[in-house]
Amino acid sequence: MNPSRRSLLGLAAAFLLGLSGAHAEDKFITVASTTSTEQSGLFGHLLPIYTQKTGVQVRVVALGTGQALDTARRGDADVVFVHDKAAEEKFIAEGYGVERKEVMYNDFILIGPKDDAAKATGKDILDGLRKIEAAKAPFVSRGDKSGTHAAELRYWKAAGIDLEAVKGAWYKETGSGMGPALNTASSMNAYLLADRGTWLNFKNRVDLKILVEGDTRLFNQYGVILVNPAKHAHVKKELGQQFIDWLVSAEGQKAIADYKIGGEQLFFPNAKK
Amino acid sequence: MSTLSEAFSTSFALMGGLDAKLLGIVGLSLKVSLTAVLFGSLIGLPLGAAVAVGRFAGQAPVTVLLNAFIGLPAVVVGLLVYLLLSRAGPLGQFGLLFTPTAMVIAQTALITPLIAAFTRQIVADAWREYHEQLQSLGAGTLRATFTLLHDTRFSLVTVVLAAFGRAIAEVGAVMIVGGNIDGVTRVMTTTIALETSKGDLPLALALGLILVGIVVVVNASAHLTRQWAQRHYG
Repeated sequence: MNPSRRSLLGLAAAFLLGLSGAHAEDKFITVASTTSTEQSGLFGHLLPIYTQKTGVQVRVVALGTGQALDTARRGDADVVFVHDKAAEEKFIAEGYGVERKEVMYNDFILIGPKDDAAKATGKDILDGLRKIEAAKAPFVSRGDKSGTHAAELRYWKAAGIDLEAVKGAWYKETGSGMGPALNTASSMNAYLLADRGTWLNFKNRVDLKILVEGDTRLFNQYGVILVNPAKHAHVKKELGQQFIDWLVSAEGQKAIADYKIGGEQLFFPNAKK
Repeated sequence: MSTLSEAFSTSFALMGGLDAKLLGIVGLSLKVSLTAVLFGSLIGLPLGAAVAVGRFAGQAPVTVLLNAFIGLPAVVVGLLVYLLLSRAGPLGQFGLLFTPTAMVIAQTALITPLIAAFTRQIVADAWREYHEQLQSLGAGTLRATFTLLHDTRFSLVTVVLAAFGRAIAEVGAVMIVGGNIDGVTRVMTTTIALETSKGDLPLALALGLILVGIVVVVNASAHLTRQWAQRHYG
């Protein structure tokens, strides 16, 4: 073996040691959560506070709510932190989760072009959607089984619109996260339903603005669930529970309320005392 | 300021600032992809050469498959590795999902066919030229394989560099098996995807420029090493 090849192998061994050593000694939990909590910057604010206090690293995998729950079902996460109450309750009923705790809420907003050709602006989300459908104005849907996608489908239904019957070129299912969907909407000047957190942190707005907000139906509740150790024995029960307990504690709730962009609060803690 | 010029100034500011976080991300990108290239080469080079030199039934289909797998979509490789490493999968007990090791495995799976396929072509061409000579010297198949690998080593460097390029540039596989966890499995490409999601297009593009810069530096060092080696051992 010539020297260069030997040094190459040494280098490789060093890499591998470095790769495995990086996560051997640390205490950590894996949290499957949503793109909205990640892309709004909430975790970037929240997790360092928690890690500094407890020494436990929180590893967040940001997915749509549906995918996050599936990841947990496969046993690849210790905790899920998502926002689709119906799907979360189903998750627990199937035995994959221990208990659902409400943590915080933010709200959905209807975004659209500044000139609002469909005249969707107002205080009523259902009315806004009816006008978009009537005008066949371009509408971008997440189409990814996320919490926001589930909410959007609920609103169409509540508005009395049978989406399958009226779907056409105007209704664009992108199958993407909140940010990419916003990028698509801003490039096509289309309408879409978004969560306020991602919107506030979103920089590529071009001609988009908020058209409908403040409707109580737009309330968006986040819940946190420990994955059931009875289903997956390797779940880090104590560390996971400790994180959940902190989120709903006075301290955790204050940390959530403290996260602001441009002076505007993004998430409103509402854990039950 | 336009997005493009903003991207350029942002990338210079990022590089000038030598941000610790950015260095961590760049370091992990290099670590993961170079390790994958090493394993891909250890498997792909002998495999490709063996397919070129060996005579066995099914040589043609194996060649076709190797060539076809160059085009494996990264996201499919990612999904397969995800299903293997997931707790519910066959290798779940090791808890490798969402770790850099999982990313190395996915990238290795992605680039090994590429290395093997191009190695096969290069070695097969050399074999056509030298096999009478090698046989007259009494070299067996194994001996001939390694002789040809050694003789074509300068061409094979390009193959390995192409594999490195594919590994460090892909986002589909590492996103799925790594999970883009901040500080743990976040690499250049997944950071670019995340910043694009946030609508911060100038920052995303700036990171892209840095990535291109790194790939150029790696290729330049390989080029210089090759020139140096050719002068000394050529």
